[in-house]
Amino acid sequence: MTTFVQLLFNGAALGCVYALIALGFTAIHRASNVINFAQGAFLLLGAYLVSTAAVDRNLPFLVAAVFGVAAMVVIGIVFQMLVLRRVQGQAVFTVVMITIGLNIIIVALVSAIFGSNERTNGVGDPWGTSSLQAGGVVFLWVKIWAVIVTAAVLVGFFLFDRYSRYGLATRATAIDEEAAMAAGIPVRRVNAIAWGLAGGLATIAGIFLSGAPSLLDLGISNIALIAFPAIIIGGLNSPIGAVVGGLVIGLVYEFFDGYSSNLPWLGHNFYAVAPYVVMILVLLIKPYGLFGQRPVERV
Amino acid sequence: MIAQAARPTQGRLADRRFWLRGALVIVVLVVGLGLPFFLGAFWLSTTDFILIAAIGALGLNVLTGYTGQVSLGHAFFLGVGAYTAAFLGDHNVNAAIWIPAAGVVAGLVGLLVGPTALRLRGLYLAIVTIGLVFLGTHLFVNLPAITGGPAGRAIAQPQWGPADFGGTGVTVLGISIDRNGLYYYLALLLLALSMWFVHNLMRTRAGRAMQAVRDREVAAALVGVNLARTKLAAFVVSSFLAGICGAVYGAFLFHVEPGTWNLLLSIQFVAIIIVGGIGTVWGALLGSVFISGLPAILNNYSDSIPFLQHSAGGGGLDVGDATDLVYGILIVLFLVAEPRGLIGLVARIARSIPQRRRIATASIAVSPVAEE
Repeated sequence: MTTFVQLLFNGAALGCVYALIALGFTAIHRASNVINFAQGAFLLLGAYLVSTAAVDRNLPFLVAAVFGVAAMVVIGIVFQMLVLRRVQGQAVFTVVMITIGLNIIIVALVSAIFGSNERTNGVGDPWGTSSLQAGGVVFLWVKIWAVIVTAAVLVGFFLFDRYSRYGLATRATAIDEEAAMAAGIPVRRVNAIAWGLAGGLATIAGIFLSGAPSLLDLGISNIALIAFPAIIIGGLNSPIGAVVGGLVIGLVYEFFDGYSSNLPWLGHNFYAVAPYVVMILVLLIKPYGLFGQRPVERV
Repeated sequence: MIAQAARPTQGRLADRRFWLRGALVIVVLVVGLGLPFFLGAFWLSTTDFILIAAIGALGLNVLTGYTGQVSLGHAFFLGVGAYTAAFLGDHNVNAAIWIPAAGVVAGLVGLLVGPTALRLRGLYLAIVTIGLVFLGTHLFVNLPAITGGPAGRAIAQPQWGPADFGGTGVTVLGISIDRNGLYYYLALLLLALSMWFVHNLMRTRAGRAMQAVRDREVAAALVGVNLARTKLAAFVVSSFLAGICGAVYGAFLFHVEPGTWNLLLSIQFVAIIIVGGIGTVWGALLGSVFISGLPAILNNYSDSIPFLQHSAGGGGLDVGDATDLVYGILIVLFLVAEPRGLIGLVARIARSIPQRRRIATASIAVSPVAEE
């Protein structure tokens, strides 16, 4: 029972981080119908920026975190304006390929500037490995804060989506880009905002992923790959789906990891592929994800 | 080419285009066959990688370029092909059998997973096929009897008479061809056959159905194209070519590990066809020159590029980082400038040549659909 609660908590905390990454994917997909393969690189760059500010420049952690998030919002917007705007209307996979190129560039840049060794002190977060213990279950503070911050960010995101002008504009663009343009919605700006949001969300996820007991090194850019099943399970266009998908993936990952000794027939490290297995099972039943809608097609 | 065939034959000899095309074919043949004798070891092995990758890229182009189904699972099928080759090669099966067998097994696996995957569309399909890569790696690690487990396994080298691909090479009529040269001719032959096959396939009923599915799925279904069967056929052909590519690639590498067949490899294949030109036979080769050749070339010439660091601790960029950086920047710049890829660039150049001289290159510029 203790193990179960422990895994439940760890899974939920990890799921929150995946939910943040997945929400970034969803934001971009809603605005421009592409998947941003550079999301992992955004996460990496964001975490390194926070780490530089907090550890190398000795800024207070909160200031560093805000700086990192803001910087990544700007970088996301700038990339959309400088590069993606030029290929608007091109085939989806040409644009996706550009984001893959961006991923390669950012990872190489971070590696060139910071080296490939892991960074000591991570992002300079104040929690370290301190924890709250109750009934034999260890609640690491960094994970507790991951849940709290994610909850706050999600509330903020949904308020923005539901009540702000740009939230409305984004939802309109998601339904029909051309019709939105015709109605005078600034689709380009909606797009740029989505990229900024994705950059900011990725950075927050990066902070919690590189806080103790994890480490900050180039490897964290691969974590976005595990968030792919999250967006697919939820449905590409659904923010709620992204959150649900993220939580499902986090729990699946932690439970298969925790109980792996009971399931030896699944092979070594099955937990690493378990999210993908769950994704395939979900898609067998619902080809557009749990909350996705089949697009209407006309000839 | 079709326009050529349709014209009455008696006028042929008087037609300048006929001679031009003949001359072009001869030049390509001579250059193609003679190339190994002009290239050093580095360039020849780089060319080998380019040609081998082009076979797999052609397969992906059938699925993605011609049928419009984007797959990021290509690396998995390469792996299936390579392990089939390794398994059969260790059981003393001749390479003349294990190369096609690698394709057939990969094709069968494609037939198996296709119906599930192809229910999905667009980016959903792309991501589910990423899942295929991860599951595949998991299987490759956990099936040591076939794959050698995490440590990987060696792949038997083809051996036909005196031509020993694993050894020092062969001497024919006083001309010696080394290992790289042997692989060059093998890859060239397989690539030429694949290109010929795909080129012709796309002019059959089945090929036209694939392109109809790509252009507008609903409309294709309305005119009687069986969507499920057409997509599955494309998936199987694509997996078949991937399997052959994987077998030759694995043999050329000597030794493969489960980590060889990763997402990055899949992404490279998608990059090849996008950079080369989606839905064109030559795009696979052009893109392969760019995507498979560029990193090797950048690495090789890093000595002459300023600001590069060659020993740890020195100033400047690390060579690997610099290669990646240039690679990434080139992909982004190139696709922003010419989203249709290298084929689009060729077409653009052809268009800028004055009308009279353009005729010879016109067949490249026309899209395959509009050709007839």
